[in-house]
Amino acid sequence: MTINVSMTVNGTQVSHEIEPRMLLVHFIRETLELTGTHWGCDTSNCGACVVRIDGQPVKSCTILAAMCDGHEVATVESLEVDGQLDPIQMGFHERHALQCGFCTPGMLMTTRALLDENPDPTDHEIRVAISGAICRCTGYKNIVSAVRWAAEHEAATANREG
Amino acid sequence: MQTPAAFEYERATSVDGAIASLERLGSEARVIAGGHSLLPMMKLRLANPEHLIDINDLTELSYIREQDGEIRIGAMTRHVDLLRSDVLAEHFPLFRDAETVIADPVVRNRGTIGGSLCQADAAEDLSAVCAAVKASVVIRGSGGERVVSMDGFHVGPFTTAVGAAEILTEVRLPVRPNGGSAHEKVERRAGDWAIAAASAAVWMQDGMIGDAGIALSAVGLTTIHVTRAEELLRGKAPSDDLYAEAGTIASEDCSPTSDGRGPVDYKRHLAGVLTQRALRRATARALHQEA
Repeated sequence: MTINVSMTVNGTQVSHEIEPRMLLVHFIRETLELTGTHWGCDTSNCGACVVRIDGQPVKSCTILAAMCDGHEVATVESLEVDGQLDPIQMGFHERHALQCGFCTPGMLMTTRALLDENPDPTDHEIRVAISGAICRCTGYKNIVSAVRWAAEHEAATANREG
Repeated sequence: MQTPAAFEYERATSVDGAIASLERLGSEARVIAGGHSLLPMMKLRLANPEHLIDINDLTELSYIREQDGEIRIGAMTRHVDLLRSDVLAEHFPLFRDAETVIADPVVRNRGTIGGSLCQADAAEDLSAVCAAVKASVVIRGSGGERVVSMDGFHVGPFTTAVGAAEILTEVRLPVRPNGGSAHEKVERRAGDWAIAAASAAVWMQDGMIGDAGIALSAVGLTTIHVTRAEELLRGKAPSDDLYAEAGTIASEDCSPTSDGRGPVDYKRHLAGVLTQRALRRATARALHQEA
């Protein structure tokens, strides 16, 4: 049996016939062919698959695509707009916050959500926010530094424009 | 790749509608809330429901409010909301203690209190939290509602008093004067299940402990209600010696098994120490003396 699911993904309305058992991460990667979202541990431990549903970061390996019917999903592909990187992406670049890059999509979506809610997080608050995301390369130090870079960049930009 | 076995999916638009679906579909139907326990079990074929009834649209079950001398929490209230609730932290600070260390912030955006309690995993924190503060739960079926205490709610490992065609709709926490509570947990790494955890609540009366609640996570097949220690504490003046005695009872009355998180003697030791710490903090909070 298949069912029809419709949702907004990165601002675009999509509608597909899928099996109810299809997980959101596979719907995003295989049905929509948006392979920026990574599929890692499959057990909601590693955080590589984090996307935002109605603005909230969620592990897409542990939610059915059917449960997102009628909701708004944002993936890592939504960060860059018209060739302009999001400040969080710029921060990861500036502070060398990735090596192999596997965890990066989830880290970006998780920390973007953090900054949207808390524009000036402490190092501790950043570490708490990414406590559900595993990086085996960086030792996290540069990731924390990248998030701080993005926070400061955004504050400086707001000051210039304000 | 881990994918659940095939099932049919429907979305409930009302609690009564979900109950009607459960009755119609029979014992192979399950309700799904946050899904962060059920979906992993389905991936591993530990659960194989043929029908899932998604209750995430039932926002009327998402609330924390004071009513009739109780804090009432809707079953669909998510961990993140329990963590952030000031009214809950004011009356039952052990919720914030526990929610800070339940899974991780992203998982807490999805998981619900109703789902956690109905999963009844002995290693899960909220079952002990609710047992310690003498909570009761509202269970609704087509015949109406019943209110069940946590003692009656925990039937066995992963088994609760909620019937096949029933839904847990609300958790009720009686607010009594001069209360304090705390939850203490030791885990191997951020977001992991507890090696052991202890929840404690006390209600002071004329400088003495009038009543107490103690429950343990991850040191038995079910959440352990340490009733023998509760009896010990009633009517006694709070002291470190008394907490130590209660801790000794807790380490005796739990029944941990040896696994990757530690051997039995270590877990018994932890249960005792964490019980002492939780009692000390709960009492300090009740007396407004928390350091």
